[in-house]
Amino acid sequence: MSEAADAAGGAPGSTGGPQAGGSPALEPGWTAAVRDRLSRRLTVEELLPTRQPSYVGSWVYVFGVVTIAALVWVVASGCVLAFMGSAWWHTSSLGHFVNSVHFWSVQMFFIFMVLHLWGQYWGAGWRDGRAATWMVGVVIFLFSIVTAFTGYLVQQNFDSQWIAVNAKDAVNATGLGGFFNVLNFGQMYGLHVMLLPIGVTILVVFHILQVRSRGVVRPIGDPYVPEQPGAGGQLP
Amino acid sequence: MNAPAPYLHWGFILISLPNLILIGVMLLLFALALIAPFPHGGNHHGADDDE
Repeated sequence: MSEAADAAGGAPGSTGGPQAGGSPALEPGWTAAVRDRLSRRLTVEELLPTRQPSYVGSWVYVFGVVTIAALVWVVASGCVLAFMGSAWWHTSSLGHFVNSVHFWSVQMFFIFMVLHLWGQYWGAGWRDGRAATWMVGVVIFLFSIVTAFTGYLVQQNFDSQWIAVNAKDAVNATGLGGFFNVLNFGQMYGLHVMLLPIGVTILVVFHILQVRSRGVVRPIGDPYVPEQPGAGGQLP
Repeated sequence: MNAPAPYLHWGFILISLPNLILIGVMLLLFALALIAPFPHGGNHHGADDDE
């Protein structure tokens, strides 16, 4: 933690004026306030740690990373599909392959996201100030379901038409039919290739920053170690 | 591959065989992750905990 951050630590978000006790004042403006907050909450050492606590040496902690790896493949293959179009992915052998990579990487994404969810649920990953991390993970899960659903709707084959016609009544029953028409290919395609994946990606990046900010939660039953600001109280 | 998947039905539970197999594989993976030794786990333990 820098001296400037230390000095500003007593009044996060303050935007100017001398502070009591004669400590240096934070620069005015929201830019300085955000910079100060980020410098205190997320140091480079926390972003790219070279050591982890001993309890991270478990395959359970690999599930989240594999989920991210699957997401990279989903986005990469999705970009190729978006460039080439439905005629290509339905008629050429390379198109079939990339389409399959997209489909199966989504399967991997969901499988390992659920395994990651199980690990965090049974390990109570929301402890010690990590409730927001857990909640963002839940929102990612929900966003991902909608993204995958719109993906099924834009396959441009009989399967997608069957799903869309059946889903129409279900979506109407939820009251969302006034906003989303699953039979509208353009709307579903736009949501699937633009808004939803961008939303999922931004949320995943934020989720990772949250995890890096506080470190991996200690196992249940581990003796409590007081957390130190900036180090999460977990790294030696 | 083009045939509909077989479905299993017990009371109110209705699930396709592929989905049931997938859930079983996921449970197996989770159990293995809990008990399988992690590479270099022992070294990290010693280094970080100063034991």
